[in-house]
Amino acid sequence: MRRLRHWGPGLLLLSPSLILLAVFVYGLIAWTTKVSVSDEHNARGSKGFVGLDNYVNLFTNDINDRFLHSLKNLLIFTVVFMAGTMVMGLLWAFLLERGVRGEGFVRTVYLFPMAVSFVASGVVWRWLMNPGTGEDAGGLNAVFGALHLEFLQNTWWTNPNWGMAAMAMPAIWQLSGYVMALFLAGFRGIPQELREAAAMDGASTYRLYRNVIFPQLTPVALSALIIVGHMSMKMFDLIMSVSGAQWLTEVPAVYVWQALLTSDYAKAAAISIILLLLVAMVIVPYLIWTNRTEQRS
Amino acid sequence: MTATTTTRSAAEPVSTAPRAARSGTPRTVAGRAVKYALVLFFLFIVLMPAYVLIVTSFKSGSEIGVTGQWNLPEHWTTASWAKAWRSLQPSFVRTFELAIPVAVISSLIGAANGFVLSRWRFPGADLVFTLILFGMFIPYQAVMIPLREIVTTIGIPPGIPTLVFVHCVYGIPICTLIFRNYYATTVPEELIEAGRVDGAGLLRTFWSLILPISIPGFVVTVIWQFTSAWNDYLFAIFLSNTRNGPITIALNALAGAQSPDYAASMAGALITSLPTLIVYVLLGRWFIGGLMAGSVKS
Repeated sequence: MRRLRHWGPGLLLLSPSLILLAVFVYGLIAWTTKVSVSDEHNARGSKGFVGLDNYVNLFTNDINDRFLHSLKNLLIFTVVFMAGTMVMGLLWAFLLERGVRGEGFVRTVYLFPMAVSFVASGVVWRWLMNPGTGEDAGGLNAVFGALHLEFLQNTWWTNPNWGMAAMAMPAIWQLSGYVMALFLAGFRGIPQELREAAAMDGASTYRLYRNVIFPQLTPVALSALIIVGHMSMKMFDLIMSVSGAQWLTEVPAVYVWQALLTSDYAKAAAISIILLLLVAMVIVPYLIWTNRTEQRS
Repeated sequence: MTATTTTRSAAEPVSTAPRAARSGTPRTVAGRAVKYALVLFFLFIVLMPAYVLIVTSFKSGSEIGVTGQWNLPEHWTTASWAKAWRSLQPSFVRTFELAIPVAVISSLIGAANGFVLSRWRFPGADLVFTLILFGMFIPYQAVMIPLREIVTTIGIPPGIPTLVFVHCVYGIPICTLIFRNYYATTVPEELIEAGRVDGAGLLRTFWSLILPISIPGFVVTVIWQFTSAWNDYLFAIFLSNTRNGPITIALNALAGAQSPDYAASMAGALITSLPTLIVYVLLGRWFIGGLMAGSVKS
């Protein structure tokens, strides 16, 4: 009875959320999994269990290797997106770290793209990444033309091989400020005594950063990588608003939507579960790791 | 947003004091010049899309060709703004009906959960907390197919009320995390103890002692949830349509045509972004502090 008095009110506050999450996160994931092992390929419904057939078909028997193509696109997009935001974010934080005049303003400008939706920024980036070159150059290609940097002109996301790298540009534009904010907080969380101690020992600025400051930023860098990486795997609205749903720029998240439009529920569910597994492969070890470090401290 | 705790308060405004004076090594004039040149260069790059949006939205149809598309308009006109507003206005109003309840409800849920999880260690609290956090990272595609089926089976009309519910549920993890970190770092144990001595139970303590000092936490979650509900497109496209959906759906309809009216789409993109930008500029200082605190172990 005393135990109940002790735990009761807390659990009472917590339980609505726990029930909602149990049903709408874990319950629905189980439901999606069930659809993904069924033969529900049209609106008529499912007749039965087909095991892992839908998954196997995605990898071995998809028309034109469509799913593998979407995975390849996702890989290119993710690598460029992560590298771009990390480099930009770290560089910007490094520039602001020791203070610049008008820091508040600069930080606000660097961060403002985060407040804009991917749908809205897609409008302008579709225009900026106009694929016309030479005489027809528009958007960024026109700028390259005017600066006599014609060799930089390219067809952006319409390039069948590396177009997904261009597709990552708007995403980098939007999220670099966020990564900067993380790194800036990391820089400022480093105790001043550490810097002073290094200076007393006669460390050069280079060595100070190399051996004292950057190692301290490892947890921040890991957080940033996790955040950007999992966002990348879920990317849907940016691609839909820049290129629309089409073969050239298809990623698994868009493929799910396309499969649903043809009422192929089993296929859409199988792709969704693969996406979930990809995210979980990154997130679960990370959550375990943070849990451990937290308990140690 | 990650799972780490923090020793910094969740919403403390970030210090803007220049740090140069504190650093050990003096910086050279050349070094400083390079630094400011780079800062300006990146300001320019980041603002470039905003320039394009504004300039193009004030041009008339005849000026929007390939030539001179970077120039200022020769004749400034608000015709495209009027056109964009005519097609976005209903969903613009509707999206407030989505984003405001989402911001308020998920923040309250987050505050309650965060308080419990930061103070009352029940058996299995770590596992429960990890399971909640994982909800923050799941790709929504993995729940979307049954979710849509539930909505159509029960016969709930797609649209704003459904979206409010969905955003509140999937906002629980992030709001819980932000408040948990906030309470863990700012509420002194003595305050809770004092309440206990006076005979206040958990609910009473939360209501009379904790909520009044939670404003900074609320600022962060309100901005976060308002922005994500306002900017969401994935839930919107699955669970609503152009007649009853939020503004991202309407903007996509305006801008997504085969040969879009660029001036109107850009005016539309600006109209769509104004509320989140205003919220962000007014409260951004605390927002940035909260973002940092929510994700960085220091």
